[in-house]
Amino acid sequence: MTKVTYVENDGTRRDIDVQDGENLMDGALDNLVPGIDGDCGGVCACATCHVHVDSEWLDKLPPMDATEDAMLELTDDRNESSRLCCQIKASPELDGIVVHTPAGQH
Amino acid sequence: MTETVVIVGGGQAGAQVAVSLRQGGFDGRIVLLGDEPVLPYQRPPLSKTYLAGELARERLFVKPAAFYEKVNIEHQLGEAVCAINASEQVVCLDSGQTLHYDHLVLATGGRVRPLPCSGADHPQVNYLRTLADVEAMQDKFTEGTRLVVIGGGYIGLETAAVAVKHGLKVTLLVARPTPLGRVTSPEVGKFFEAVHREAGVTLRCDTEVVAIEDDGGDGQVAAVVTSCGYRVLADLVVVGIGLLPNVELAQSAGIACDDGITVDEYGRTNIDNIYAAGDCANHPNPIYQRRLRLESVQNAVDQGKTVAATICGKDKPYAQVPWFWSDQYDLKLQTAGINAGYDQTVIRGDVDSRSFAVFYLREGRLLAVDAINRPAEFVVARNIIGKNIVVSAERLQDESIPAKALADVPVNSGSTEDTTKDDAHNQERVA
Repeated sequence: MTKVTYVENDGTRRDIDVQDGENLMDGALDNLVPGIDGDCGGVCACATCHVHVDSEWLDKLPPMDATEDAMLELTDDRNESSRLCCQIKASPELDGIVVHTPAGQH
Repeated sequence: MTETVVIVGGGQAGAQVAVSLRQGGFDGRIVLLGDEPVLPYQRPPLSKTYLAGELARERLFVKPAAFYEKVNIEHQLGEAVCAINASEQVVCLDSGQTLHYDHLVLATGGRVRPLPCSGADHPQVNYLRTLADVEAMQDKFTEGTRLVVIGGGYIGLETAAVAVKHGLKVTLLVARPTPLGRVTSPEVGKFFEAVHREAGVTLRCDTEVVAIEDDGGDGQVAAVVTSCGYRVLADLVVVGIGLLPNVELAQSAGIACDDGITVDEYGRTNIDNIYAAGDCANHPNPIYQRRLRLESVQNAVDQGKTVAATICGKDKPYAQVPWFWSDQYDLKLQTAGINAGYDQTVIRGDVDSRSFAVFYLREGRLLAVDAINRPAEFVVARNIIGKNIVVSAERLQDESIPAKALADVPVNSGSTEDTTKDDAHNQERVA
């Protein structure tokens, strides 16, 4: 299990144990974390699972591929900490990761 | 008094209406009715990762069961609605139960178009629309099974791709001259034809199925007889030849239908307090200036949001650029827009590299793109189409301009003619 802290737009923090190997979008949806839609089901086709990752964790993530990079252009407030959380899999190296969910997806 | 919203249809659109109603602050009663005996699930993986055995069943569901409980969305599944009494504001279920509504949402989706030839009821003939359809055929997805896929649309091609990867012997029969003929161009269709042949699929275009016969007399093997005189033996036949919108319930209640349930830009039908969303709904599209009925996740989700907003009194007209995707082998096809009526195609990139985009234009304006392993082109095209930006064919083709900069056309850089056209078009859209 990987502890993931989802911080909502209003500041609410939730610590959720996500099964290793599962992605952080499913972790959010399974636990009813608001702000994540995941319309395409996690195949990097819709960009509705946008999160901002706390800076100290950014370097520990696998690099984004061209599809994720392109799809992020559809999001409203992309910055250097933006990722699509369907592309982030829970793993021991990410135990404790903090991600911020937006008020809503585009 | 507390209002009740009844949603008929437990698919992606129905679920979205329910979710968006709660997000929009609706605090009345929400009842979701579905004729399939399972909670709303996502259909796209059925012919992709779920068919391939790569996706766990619980991952198909739009929301986990706990969600409906938490936000107090009632659901009654496994039972069909048989009638609407609009004057009494009541729906009747097969069981004889009746339900009063203040607002009624029809998210009835569609059903598979049946194969119109003799022998189509052969026991080895399957369709691919529901979870039950997939689960009924999954144990035959093993090496050596002889599979005939009828239909060269998304469902047929995706099924063939999964099957050939699992070692099935796949024959794909396509009625049109190229696969994906209804939705894309010959260029893209020919590309996918070549991809499937290379992967080991036996593919026959311009081929209609004229009969299904039983080979052996015990119902175990079907013989698919084609218009060209082939007789192809199959342990399994999968038919994917399109969808028929479920409009009968609406029609018998006096709701206007024409290729789907006719709605306005707010998702309203011609009868007060009755709305429609998703595959069954036919809406006026402001981008294409005509009515469209779309079969896609994007449309189900966005129309679901539109209808929920209307019920919540926060009218938000539907004005989305349609988009679609298909995964086959190592290829991701992403389509933005509707190419119908194009008079020019522009290919960006090299088809042989399996990474290219085909732009479709009409009178110099972008209608749609098919992006194959080109997500940046897909993304920028959604912007260009949605914002009605004029980008020349030469610019779209020019790979020295990064894809994401294609829409950055300086206001005064276009020709005078283009600027005039742009103004005229904008005025037309405002009017």
